[in-house]
Amino acid sequence: MTTLSNAPEAPLASVKDLRVTATTDSGREIEILKGVSFDVHRGEMVALIGESGSGKTTIALSLLAYVREGCHFAGGQVLVDGRDLTKLSESECRKLRGHKVSYVPQSAAASFNPSRKIMDQVIEVAEIHGIFDANTAREKAIKLFRSLSLPNPDTIGERYPHQVSGGQLQRLAAAMALLGDPELVVFDEPTTALDVTTQIEVLRAFKSAIVERGMTGVYVSHDLAVVAQISDRIVVLKDGEVQEAGTTDQIVGAPAHPYTQSLLAAFKPVVPASASDDTSRDRVLETRDVVAGYGVLGPDGRPQVVAVNGVSLTLDRGQSLGVIGESGCGKSTLLRVLSGLLPAASGGLLLDSRELRPQIAQRSKSDLQRMQIVFQLADTALNPAQTIGNIIGRPLTFFKGLKGAEREKRVIELLDMVRMPAQFRHRLPRELSGGQRQRINLARALAAEPEVLLCDEITSALDTVVAAKVLDLLRELQRELHLSYLFVSHDIHTVETLCDRIMVMYAGKCLETFNASDLHQDARHPYTKLLVSSLPTLDPTWLDNLKQDPELVRKFAHA
Amino acid sequence: MTKRTSAMIGERLAVAVLSLFLVSLAVFFITELLPGDTAQELLGQAVTKEAAAILREQLGLDRPAVLRYMDWIFGLFRGDLGFSLVSNRPVSDLISERLPNSLILAAITMAITIPLALGLGIIAAIWRGSIFDRAISSAAIMFVSFPEFMIATLIVMLFSVYLKWLPALSFLPPSASFTTIVLAFIMPVTVLVFSSCSQMIRLTRAAISDAMATPYVELALLKGASRPRLVLRHALPNSVAPIVNSVALSMSGLLGGVIIVETVFNYPGLAKLMVDGVMTRDMPLIQTCSMIFCGFYLLLIMAADIIAILSNPRLRR
Repeated sequence: MTTLSNAPEAPLASVKDLRVTATTDSGREIEILKGVSFDVHRGEMVALIGESGSGKTTIALSLLAYVREGCHFAGGQVLVDGRDLTKLSESECRKLRGHKVSYVPQSAAASFNPSRKIMDQVIEVAEIHGIFDANTAREKAIKLFRSLSLPNPDTIGERYPHQVSGGQLQRLAAAMALLGDPELVVFDEPTTALDVTTQIEVLRAFKSAIVERGMTGVYVSHDLAVVAQISDRIVVLKDGEVQEAGTTDQIVGAPAHPYTQSLLAAFKPVVPASASDDTSRDRVLETRDVVAGYGVLGPDGRPQVVAVNGVSLTLDRGQSLGVIGESGCGKSTLLRVLSGLLPAASGGLLLDSRELRPQIAQRSKSDLQRMQIVFQLADTALNPAQTIGNIIGRPLTFFKGLKGAEREKRVIELLDMVRMPAQFRHRLPRELSGGQRQRINLARALAAEPEVLLCDEITSALDTVVAAKVLDLLRELQRELHLSYLFVSHDIHTVETLCDRIMVMYAGKCLETFNASDLHQDARHPYTKLLVSSLPTLDPTWLDNLKQDPELVRKFAHA
Repeated sequence: MTKRTSAMIGERLAVAVLSLFLVSLAVFFITELLPGDTAQELLGQAVTKEAAAILREQLGLDRPAVLRYMDWIFGLFRGDLGFSLVSNRPVSDLISERLPNSLILAAITMAITIPLALGLGIIAAIWRGSIFDRAISSAAIMFVSFPEFMIATLIVMLFSVYLKWLPALSFLPPSASFTTIVLAFIMPVTVLVFSSCSQMIRLTRAAISDAMATPYVELALLKGASRPRLVLRHALPNSVAPIVNSVALSMSGLLGGVIIVETVFNYPGLAKLMVDGVMTRDMPLIQTCSMIFCGFYLLLIMAADIIAILSNPRLRR
């Protein structure tokens, strides 16, 4: 893990003024990479950091002599061991891939073939390149499984991908990449899809494998804190151009470029909005012992799969309640229950102290109007065939009976409310960026003039800087309109910045509810503490120094 | 096989039996609705009402439809298919003469179509975008758009009428030599292969192309796998379900094709027997033939379902 940038030896990989263009559906050429250059020396881990659209994955794939369909190399060189990968023939590319350079994909869950056993896929590299025979490969794989601290290393390969967890699959994908003893390993956001507590296990396994082998690699990520733990040098990218490159300590400690500084700003400690006492304790939403889930109801009145198991919560007017927990804890199901999309099996829902019917179809128009939901993925929540004006106008007609010019006027007001120009009402969702679409999604919910907004991970699919702006907007709207938010997220950081109170969920149950300002207090539930301590920080020694109670991790983390 | 898989397969079987029962109802009562009846058909246009009524009574046609249905369906269970009203022979005799001919025709067609279509579809998917792929795909579209009777008529005109290489009719006398039989089969089989191949090629290629766009195929590519390996080892195992379903669909389409082909070539198969039965309003014959065709169809669909279930490791274990 020593930086060899000053060594006289030639770099193992060298990207020189690389340009990649893509042909859009309309036949237009757009530049994805606009002349990117950086070196990777032997024994060095170089991180590529950037937000979506920065071209980081395109660069990573170019190191495997691969561009995705519709893209092509338009200039520059990708040198690995002195050979230019942009000029290789199809069969030379095949010889390089998996053998000399290997790849750890973003979502191992999607990257394992569902119909083949794990072992067959892990040792396929040896079979393709004829490196060693099946038995040697199998032994080697089992050794790798062991060194990546996978459970049951001798037998885990005999399972099918759906029979192991996401964190395990991610480590199995790393074993697959390491099997052929590649000279260069490309990691493409390998922990992004994992829960924080799982991420730590995987990062630890990766780091020890990297150190043990003196691995040379490229690590792609959008998360500076993760990268700080793994890499020797960091290259910061934006819109297909290098903004800044330097050692990890320099980038994290003393960033020179304003863009790097804006990325780091997201890690500044938050000053939680102190639970304001000026609002009268006016309860707007309440649930009592809600049980809900999926499948047929059993004789005891409980569903086959219980996702929400007796949750009681209260939300005061003008306040925000953050619900945090990891995937599968039931937080999104809770929102579906509140919205009436999934009727609760038992328990009570109160809106403004009045009983709310469990099923959306039985609720009155005014109940529907008073509580609106904002979905996680604006891309799928907005009808692609409708203009923005229609999307926002529909609830106006439905709830308020607005038509024609009156409706148009209100649409413009709502667009203004989410800080979007009025002429956007003529556009289609696909003509907007991800952050803009999320604003429209919000405006659509606001059109009903609700009292309560149910927000389901609404910033999770957005880049840090964009997400921060959406959060600012939420805060302003709350002040202006006196809204109450129920904000579901897996990201403690986001919840802490936005919410007055925080509820922690685990396995369908509410573990505790507390004021956001008390998040770091010692009296917190052990699981809350585990979640907080699992959040990577910018300190490059954080992972090495992190001490977590192994008992606790075993109990709560599902790696 | 797990309990869950067996349960799923059991469910498919139950559904198939239920469908067969519903079909028997539909077949019986729809044939009831056909204008005219056997008595009139047998005695000709100039018959008196009295004569027709007597014949109806003799044939048992004056009894209520529900009773006749019960007779028929319980007969089917006992293996008694009833008597043909026209030839006055047991329906089972008529069918046992013709069914083997139809089965031979279908079997030869399937034996050629399935490997040919799957092979071409897979090769087109492996070399997607190549000239070969484009040639296959456009030819497939062309043959899908031609109706069978048109292909049949065209090749009869070409090979029998102009070139005089092949017999226009596929009548098989018991004494026919091997060459005569082969020659008689060439044209009907060709027509059926053409008409059922195209859809299967297109669906196979499409199913594999879908699987080729998945992250696990991209990862295999990044491990250095060749195109044939990507298709055969990674995409194909995950396309089994859509492919077997397309095979089943095409093969059931073959049944419709058989009716046309047997009629055009005057081939002595089951379909021809059924068409003749419709001409003469020979209800027991039509009903039994319909049930055989329907059973064949259900068998295909069920086999496809079961193969699809067994090909999915999530359901298998």
